[in-house]
Amino acid sequence: MAKYVVKRVLLAIVTIFIITLIAFFTMNAIPGGPFNSEKASSPQVKAALEARYNLDKPLLTQYVIYIKGLLHGDLGISTKTGRDIGETIFESFKVSATIGGMAAVIAIILGIVFGSIAALKRNTIVDRIIVFLSTLCTAVPSFVLATLLLYVFCIKLGWIQVWDANSNNFLLPVISLSMYPMSYITRLTKTSMLDVLGQDYVRTAKAKGVSQRLVIFKHALRNALIPVITYVGPMLASILTGSMVVESIFTLGGLGSKFVTGITNRDYPMIMGTTIFLAILMVVMNLVSDLVYKLVDPRITFD
Amino acid sequence: MSEKILEVKNLHTSFFTDSGEVKAVNGVSFSLEAGKILGIVGESGSGKSVTAYSIMQILAGTGKVVEGEILYKGENILNYNKNQMRSFRGKVCSIIFQDPMTSLNPTFTIGSQLMEAILLHTDRNKEQARERAAEMLTLVGVNEPEKRLKQYPHELSGGMRQRVMIAMALACEPDILIADEPTTALDVTIQAQILELMQDLQKKLGMAIIMVTHDLGVIAGMCDEVIVMYGGRVCERGTADAIFYHSAHEYTKGLLRSIPSASNMKEKLVPIEGTPINLLNMPKGCAFCSRCDNAMKICLEQKPDEMWVGEDHLASCWMNVKKEMQEKAGVTNE
Repeated sequence: MAKYVVKRVLLAIVTIFIITLIAFFTMNAIPGGPFNSEKASSPQVKAALEARYNLDKPLLTQYVIYIKGLLHGDLGISTKTGRDIGETIFESFKVSATIGGMAAVIAIILGIVFGSIAALKRNTIVDRIIVFLSTLCTAVPSFVLATLLLYVFCIKLGWIQVWDANSNNFLLPVISLSMYPMSYITRLTKTSMLDVLGQDYVRTAKAKGVSQRLVIFKHALRNALIPVITYVGPMLASILTGSMVVESIFTLGGLGSKFVTGITNRDYPMIMGTTIFLAILMVVMNLVSDLVYKLVDPRITFD
Repeated sequence: MSEKILEVKNLHTSFFTDSGEVKAVNGVSFSLEAGKILGIVGESGSGKSVTAYSIMQILAGTGKVVEGEILYKGENILNYNKNQMRSFRGKVCSIIFQDPMTSLNPTFTIGSQLMEAILLHTDRNKEQARERAAEMLTLVGVNEPEKRLKQYPHELSGGMRQRVMIAMALACEPDILIADEPTTALDVTIQAQILELMQDLQKKLGMAIIMVTHDLGVIAGMCDEVIVMYGGRVCERGTADAIFYHSAHEYTKGLLRSIPSASNMKEKLVPIEGTPINLLNMPKGCAFCSRCDNAMKICLEQKPDEMWVGEDHLASCWMNVKKEMQEKAGVTNE
């Protein structure tokens, strides 16, 4: 087990190194640079700025300088705002992770509950409603849902203020973020629950005199959750890093919007920083979900 | 005569599918005496497993007992409420399934699965349940019981898992054990071991066993009484000897002809031609007549009733009536 984790971490370091390589060189291969759009800057000012960010040096040297900094935990300074990238990412990740975390918890709990209900009440009206709504929610893009929520609750009903600098009202962003993963988990749980309920060991449990409730929540659910776990790991990574669309609509300064503004501003250190952060989170979440897998299903071995 | 512990009277079980009512069991009756072994034989789809599941009330999906009675010590268990039924299952009547590879939950240890039934049906606390579980494993011939309790099903062989299933079924000392093809999924050598174990345990613990199987060899070796089923009905019943040496139903005769015998290796095997009947569309007459070599006109039109063909030996086949009539005619001709 420990050996496996060490192996996976070493592999992860290689993966992340390759990602920095690809990101750095493709980013620089695109014509233009951080200071091309500065209107009033004279050639001298531009040259001075580029020298400050090492942009005047050969590309390979720039990469080496960046990696050196990265190994020391230094992600550089934003070419746009002049602020420390590490700090900016940390600040905006707090916002994204709070909303994303709430959305993920809601999605997982309700998804499993609705999925189980749909499986148990198969072919009844309850099942049909759940299937219809979850299909609808997987089909509707988050920007449509977010806009709709904003329109109905803020403008038509006026229950929630459209924008309030001091309020921490995360209700609407959390709803818009959680709908898709919730629906996906619902459908996943339903399919795998139906499969598990037909298994011989469920019949065995029933034949032992175990109550219906325990048969479902102890014997069946544990087995039914195995495919759900596979989905939840990467889902957590992507939901915690925020959604550009939802964050823009609700004007939240999360990581998702930082990533996109970084690209439009050609803010090289910001692009690199957010990419690496996302990659690390993704790798960690995949590792965690594989380890949880082992906890739930003892048949899985890591050797 | 010993006490009748279980009586099944005119049992009808159907599955309600999109294409109609599948009558899996059509009026099966039998009784089981305490401490005896009853064999139910038949090919796939004959209704033998459905009969067993009807007793346990663990029919899958749309399956339902539509008519009849299942009496345990004179009480109809079909009238039991959920709680009564739960304490019937596992405590009064246990079942062992066909495939030990899939019948144990892969995500729980052997110990927790064994202890579950013990904790549910007895007053034992966790520690005592654990002791009992280890004791049961020793009883069914599993070595190193303490180690096994901590293992998961996938770490055990097929024969070992079936032993665990037997231990689980017998942990609460049930009066009745139903074995639904307990050896079908096992190696031939393991099959013999498991059957021997079951007979051994039956002598030690004294429970009654219903042995459901398609393997006539299994039946011959251990059953006191045998029921032969076809198309959801009982076609012949009697002692094992009567069924094997004086078979009185064309289907039973066919079954016996299709077993290879060691004493006559050169003889060609005679299979029963055709396929089992479609339970969605039951014929008016005898269910077996479309595959029967000696079918008569009456077989097509009227279902034969059960008739005595010997002491403790009943069969529902028109051939027996024909034989009887011929004998009578022979007598009067003299």
